[in-house]
Amino acid sequence: SSAAMAAARGWRLLAAFGRRPWARPRAPLRSVSAAAAAAAPLYDVVVSGGGMVGSAMAAALGHDIHFHGKKIALLEAGSRKEYDCMPDTYSNRVSSISPGSATFLSSFGAWDHVCSLRLKPFRRMQVWDACSEAMIVFEKDDLDDMGYIVENDVIMSALTKQLDAVADRVEVFYKSRAVGYTWPLPSHSCDTSPWVQVELADGRRLQTKLLIGADGHNSVVRKEAEIQSIEHRYDQSAVVATLHLSEATDNNVAWQRFLPTGPIALLPLSDTASSLVWSTSHGHASELVAMDEESFVDSINSAFWSNVNHSDFIDAAGATFRSALALLRPAGSGARQLPPSVAQVAPGSRAAFPLGLGHATHYVRPRLALIGDAAHRVHPLAGQGVNLGFGDIACLAHHLSAAAFNGSDLGSLKHLLKFETERQRHNVSLMAAIDFLKRLYSTKLTPLVLLRTWGLQATNALPPLK
Amino acid sequence: ALFRLAVRRLLSTSRSSVDSTEMRKFQLLAHKWWDEEGEFSALHSMNDIRVPFIRDTLLSMSSNYHLGSPLSGVKILDVGCGGGLLSEPLGRLGASVTGIDPLEDNIRTADQHKSFDPVLAERVRYKSSSLEEIVEESMETFDVIVASEVLEHVADLETFIKCCSQVLKPEGSLFITTINRTQLSYVLGIVVAEKILGIVPEGTHEWEKFVPPEELEHLLESNGFSVKAVNGMLYNPLWGSWSWTESTSVNYAVHAVRRGAQGEPGQGEP
Repeated sequence: SSAAMAAARGWRLLAAFGRRPWARPRAPLRSVSAAAAAAAPLYDVVVSGGGMVGSAMAAALGHDIHFHGKKIALLEAGSRKEYDCMPDTYSNRVSSISPGSATFLSSFGAWDHVCSLRLKPFRRMQVWDACSEAMIVFEKDDLDDMGYIVENDVIMSALTKQLDAVADRVEVFYKSRAVGYTWPLPSHSCDTSPWVQVELADGRRLQTKLLIGADGHNSVVRKEAEIQSIEHRYDQSAVVATLHLSEATDNNVAWQRFLPTGPIALLPLSDTASSLVWSTSHGHASELVAMDEESFVDSINSAFWSNVNHSDFIDAAGATFRSALALLRPAGSGARQLPPSVAQVAPGSRAAFPLGLGHATHYVRPRLALIGDAAHRVHPLAGQGVNLGFGDIACLAHHLSAAAFNGSDLGSLKHLLKFETERQRHNVSLMAAIDFLKRLYSTKLTPLVLLRTWGLQATNALPPLK
Repeated sequence: ALFRLAVRRLLSTSRSSVDSTEMRKFQLLAHKWWDEEGEFSALHSMNDIRVPFIRDTLLSMSSNYHLGSPLSGVKILDVGCGGGLLSEPLGRLGASVTGIDPLEDNIRTADQHKSFDPVLAERVRYKSSSLEEIVEESMETFDVIVASEVLEHVADLETFIKCCSQVLKPEGSLFITTINRTQLSYVLGIVVAEKILGIVPEGTHEWEKFVPPEELEHLLESNGFSVKAVNGMLYNPLWGSWSWTESTSVNYAVHAVRRGAQGEPGQGEP
């Protein structure tokens, strides 16, 4: 798929001479006459989907200095989410926020709210294999935070506050689902409205110069725009839960172990609690969610501590390789810490959801841009999902801001394509790497285990590779 | 309309900056202005450098800044506005824009295109007219005149510049983009651009009417203007994008300021 995409990009470059050879979006059979459209309010940007990514997009644009005087609308099917202080229990949906995402969120004042609510920084990430001793430790030299574990509700609450701060520019429509979109005909042949028409479930209509689709991996916007998407369902579901640890600890390490059935991760929430993300087969996932609490806790501890998948051959080979590496780099790999053991699972916090991979062939069309899961969906094993979405927003907001300062038509394909090229280039390689890791670690076959064992050990010992 | 046509024919035999053969050339393309990938794609992408050029020059001369509306309060005349490709971005930046073009079909296209956007409908107005025709009613009315890709189509350059001076407020700015008359501009601007790559519709330009920057500077200085900047522009056909360059051998842009009553432009705002 990345080869096809590279070819498509190359073709696009050559086509810069004259008209683009690939098909324009097919004109919809219904198109709205100017008179009928005139009644519906016109926005500069409509963001469809008020999750973390959609809300952050609306907030980022709302706070942009070149968007003063512009009208933005955010459509969210659910209700408003805001907390002044968090409930005692932790939510089971958390995200690993990278420092880059934290910087992005602070660029429009949302990070301060996150910090005042609840978050857990972690300094270290320890990743290891179930089939061998190989381990890799990620940490920053200067003891800075590597990342932050934040509940999704906390992020949403922070974003809601920042949306309130620019309510004169950003209108949020809660409990509003878009049910239909009408795309404009190519702009140079118009008696009909050149804007995108949006129809809501309650019959209200909006028009917009630019529609941003942030409505998740089953994006309606993407489907209505007839943008193809490469989808692959992993035979896996992720089980999430909130866990209480056996004893209080500094808990500033994120743990991940690759089991043959899938990676299990323990993400710190506080000194006594951690969040579980366990990707495993659908069957196993249902079992885990259904079993009694004690068995569940035992399964988790066993997954992290058991060496049942080791083979003597692999252990010996790994040990030999480590000695060889120690000759080259006596400093070698960092000390192995032991993961905490789990005592209890918070009642009612267990849930499972299916995992898949998805990538839209195009992120943009005239007057349309897709961001977040609507454009790309990844496996949670690298904790990258929402960070990719925030990266999309930072890039798109940058290009839209420049376009606004140049007086350009916000829906013009020219700057939207710049966003698409930048993000596809970044996202495709990252997604390929995550997918590759997922596949590599799904096997017990000795040669592959050996490969990844040595690979992991080498990578751990050699900073440039990390 | 017939009466106006007759008047225009009379005017064109007298000293006028409008050339009827030029008008015929653009008549055929009047409906194609807003296709960003079509015949006018190079003009669309020229906005990426000419709008920031105008915007930043005006911002540096003024002490007011309205967030989101950097050109708020500025009255601009876009001469030879065509389909409104440059008028619209200037309007979006807050300026009050009057676009004039001798060709009625161009004005019709421009009017229709802006009509859907209430912000533009309010800030931008179009008029089918030559520059001379509006001089009497618009003496010293405008803060800025923009004449982009127009001089190379004009019949009498000196008349044109004199009219600009009359219609501009003292210390007002004149922005010009046009094409130099050199061997290189013949090769690149006509042979390659028109005949080989088709970046510009064939027959659009006549090399004899291209204007060397020295000649333009001389004309401006002797008609009450002070030339502030001359920058070369370069078109990259592979990427379809424009950039600034040292050399003015092919395309170039000029910023000039109309001298005040004392004969010297001051440091203040227009």
